[in-house]
Amino acid sequence: MSDLFEYTLRLGDDALIAAQRTAEWIAAAPQLEEDVALGNIGLDQLGQARSLLQYAGQVEGVGRSEDDLAYFRNERDFRNLQLCELPSGDFAHTIARLLYFATYQHLLYEELRMSSDETLAGVAGKAVKEVAYHVDHATQWVLRLGDGTEESHRRMQSGLDAMWPYTAEMFASDDLVRRLAGIAVDPSTFADEWSRRITQVIDESTCSRPESSYQHDGGRDGRHTEHLGYLLAELQHVARSHPGATW
Amino acid sequence: MIEPLWEVFIRSRRGLSHTHVGSLHAPDATMALRNARDVYTRRQEGVSIWVVRAADITASSPDEKDEFFDPAGDKVYRHPTFYQVPEGVDHL
Repeated sequence: MSDLFEYTLRLGDDALIAAQRTAEWIAAAPQLEEDVALGNIGLDQLGQARSLLQYAGQVEGVGRSEDDLAYFRNERDFRNLQLCELPSGDFAHTIARLLYFATYQHLLYEELRMSSDETLAGVAGKAVKEVAYHVDHATQWVLRLGDGTEESHRRMQSGLDAMWPYTAEMFASDDLVRRLAGIAVDPSTFADEWSRRITQVIDESTCSRPESSYQHDGGRDGRHTEHLGYLLAELQHVARSHPGATW
Repeated sequence: MIEPLWEVFIRSRRGLSHTHVGSLHAPDATMALRNARDVYTRRQEGVSIWVVRAADITASSPDEKDEFFDPAGDKVYRHPTFYQVPEGVDHL
């Protein structure tokens, strides 16, 4: 398996699994306007996933399409962060995840625009504007829920705490990104900046920055939480029941 | 939670003025602007958005319709239809 294929898969799977979780809110968000906002965000993420998985298929060179990669791989073949697959939970949990993940994606794509790989640079150039809006959307909600009522503050803090043990995985550097120097972005290089931005939002929201000693990892190696299997069952069910079906 | 209603005005790419497109609920002006972006500009409908609290709009009342609007009905001389268009002026 080539390094570039593996790396593109990481980015594509993050976007795909995040899109699936975000889309779960359509028709279930606290207000109609938020249904549409999260729907837009989910579609942005899905668009990124399509471009990346399509490219991963080309790089691999054995004829797998974006659909083959999305619908016909098993849990252990997925390379997404565990953060992306966690259940959506309370609305504040989803917002906490979006703040962490979109801020990460924003910093990543800003760097990836300079990649020597033209396709990755192109995808990042388009996506960076989208994720800047995702960061803004999450930030607006964290501020309002955190600095809202006693109950909204409690829930926002609970969301920030629940997602926190899955954040260190985003910045794990490994041999793969080092071998792809110039093409891939080593996420450890922007960990401090991510932390600074997150802390600023959390401070302003009157919540407190979570402190957690234990941090989960394994998503990049295909080791996932029990939640990914259920997510994939829903995502892949129709395509696997009716292979090759079109409409 | 009952959130205030906001009226949304959008200026299209080629338009000169903001046009009313609809309304939405939001807790404050900042969120109203973002909701308007998400709900009303998904298909590149505009390049500028105004949001106004519906409660801040002073509107004419349907009860006053007669004295407000009827008197203008029979004053046809207010319309520019009695002028002779000079010859050679094509696009007046």
